[in-house]
Amino acid sequence: MGKTAGMDYAVKNEVRYRKTVLAVASGGGHWVQLRRLRPAWRECHVYYVTTTESRRPEIEDEQREGRRVGFYSVVEASRWDKVKLILQSLQIASILLRVRPDVVISTGAAPGFFALRLAKWMGRRTVWVDSIANAEELSLSGARVENCADLWLTQWKHLSCSGDQGKGPEYKGTVI
Amino acid sequence: MIFLTVGTELPFDRLVRAVDSWCADNDVQVIGQIGDPGPGGFYPRHFQYEKFLSSEQYNEYYDRAELIVAHAGMGAIITALVNAKSILVLPRLHRLREHRNDHQLATARRFADRAGVYVAYDEEEIGPMLTSLCQKGGRKQLKGASEFADERLIGVIREFIFS
Repeated sequence: MGKTAGMDYAVKNEVRYRKTVLAVASGGGHWVQLRRLRPAWRECHVYYVTTTESRRPEIEDEQREGRRVGFYSVVEASRWDKVKLILQSLQIASILLRVRPDVVISTGAAPGFFALRLAKWMGRRTVWVDSIANAEELSLSGARVENCADLWLTQWKHLSCSGDQGKGPEYKGTVI
Repeated sequence: MIFLTVGTELPFDRLVRAVDSWCADNDVQVIGQIGDPGPGGFYPRHFQYEKFLSSEQYNEYYDRAELIVAHAGMGAIITALVNAKSILVLPRLHRLREHRNDHQLATARRFADRAGVYVAYDEEEIGPMLTSLCQKGGRKQLKGASEFADERLIGVIREFIFS
């Protein structure tokens, strides 16, 4: 019986390893928050996407530890720079087609919005964790992902569906 | 040593200027990463700075510093909490075109009650706060926050991924 249980466990683990996660955040605070969630996808094959190459070394460190992680950077784009936003969304689309993740997760901002929107069209499952920096209202992208986030979270109780407004994302804790 | 960092996206002249004018009258070592102030921007005269530091240099100064001075970005605040560093923050303001909205003000208010987090809501407060924090020294032992998010949040996301 012990043997069977052991095999079940091995099979379960194998399934976990087969899950692929795409974890997306722009550089700076969004990235710091995203990385703090990494125990959630510890056994998965994970690809990170951010807007700066400067984060590549920390992912390469994980690769050297034998983790199954990948890294992509896309162009940084402010909300007013339409050309760069279009380029960024095309880059995200191309990464999604290459990686074909089971789950896409983001803490913000624009690249995360594109990733969730496109992933939903591709029939993938999605998670949005709105940045803890948005303490008074949801971020612009955080509000816009309402219809494409399967798991839609805020880090502030008063902004959640259990808060005063009675609608909005769920609150399930914070990154810090 | 005090380490000043304004993030890599935008310069923050108001903070750099306030720290510089305090340095003129105080004999405390300050090292700063000030971003790119541009041709018309403010460059400090009273402390050592770089526009951008390599991550090795950044980490070295960060580790050595007794106090971090920064904008009220979540990256700066989380990093200080994890590394058990005292941090003095000045929120970037929308009306001064320092950021696209006032979320740093909201962040600063929400984190002001955390041990080791000090908030200046105005650049005029920077000098006096630096003086008082230097007098306190590193006596206050802070406990570093976990490297990871709340277990509950991680658990919820984990369950979602594997469901």
